[in-house]
Amino acid sequence: MSDQTLRDFAAGTPMPDLGEVVPWTPLTKPRSECRVAIVTTAALHLVGDEGFVPDDVSYRVLPADRRDLVLGHWSPNFDRSGFVADLDVVYPADRLDELASDGTIGSVADHHYAFAGNQEDTLTGIRLDSGPAVARLLRDDDVDVVLLTPV
Amino acid sequence: MCVLARVFEEHGLSTVALISVRGVAERLPPPRGLYCEFPLGRPLGRPNDPEFQRDVLRRAFALLDRADGPVLDDHPEVIASDVEALACPMPPRFDPNLPEAVDEARGLRHAYDRTLARRGVTSIGRVLSADQVPDALAVLAAVAEGAEWTAAGFLGDPVQTCHDIRTYYEEAAASLVDVAPAAGQGEAWFYEQTAAGRTMLAARVKMREQGAPFPIWLYMARATR
Repeated sequence: MSDQTLRDFAAGTPMPDLGEVVPWTPLTKPRSECRVAIVTTAALHLVGDEGFVPDDVSYRVLPADRRDLVLGHWSPNFDRSGFVADLDVVYPADRLDELASDGTIGSVADHHYAFAGNQEDTLTGIRLDSGPAVARLLRDDDVDVVLLTPV
Repeated sequence: MCVLARVFEEHGLSTVALISVRGVAERLPPPRGLYCEFPLGRPLGRPNDPEFQRDVLRRAFALLDRADGPVLDDHPEVIASDVEALACPMPPRFDPNLPEAVDEARGLRHAYDRTLARRGVTSIGRVLSADQVPDALAVLAAVAEGAEWTAAGFLGDPVQTCHDIRTYYEEAAASLVDVAPAAGQGEAWFYEQTAAGRTMLAARVKMREQGAPFPIWLYMARATR
């Protein structure tokens, strides 16, 4: 019951008007040759990195080989016991490595990235500042595909 | 997340998004989304089930084959949150002179330490260390008994304090049960079965009555509690 209540609430919150046109970048190579990065909105960060605060539009860099991650999201409205039991149920870094090994994708990026989801403003900072900044970092890492995972 | 997907596509990156709230993706469509009606907090569905998780990702990456979009598909499986509290053995009452929640938190310390040793990392640390959890619960117990929250001696922001306490309990519970709890079980256990959870909810009610700011008392616990 409670998850549905929260889904209904989230779907009714104010959202920015981004227009009718949804941007679309087609793949230019086979999936099996694509380099993939994860961008999570679970507010993950490394131990010792600055944590996230409410309405924080900044990002954290997650080296792809690190698994010692903290779940830093400030919302109390989602399950955390899954994360304690298995990092991949939130942040599928091991699964992505496996899909690269079996040829489903080409390779895994050197770095993944974390934001804090569930923002309640116009998201201007993410649209105009931190989002494009991470896009440039991903392009510099020759990433083709971004896997976005929520919490 | 839907906004990030659009930003990345505008910068020449193809995206696939796992969607946890379909209503948001319908209002703010990502280029390629796979709606997964799984418990909030478990976007890959099932902990410790690598095959299921790989299947979720394969379905998501299959959206890259679509010629145009936006596209929003549904994962065929729905996983509901379990509403029954986790059956978790608890330490016996040790010092009856302490508030029950304080005594309980002290008793869970070994379990918390075992989880920390196994995982090598803890999500506690927003404002509290594990050592400070009993003291923070003493503050909440005082507020629950009627102390003025602004003078009760919170060791940090009340919302972050409650996060750290709940994290301590959930990480301790991971060493007290044999399997990962179903989603919702851990939450129900914490708020319904532990003295800490009950104390937190009682303190939250008192803080609301005392006129604490809405964003503080509301986010001290899950909104549906």
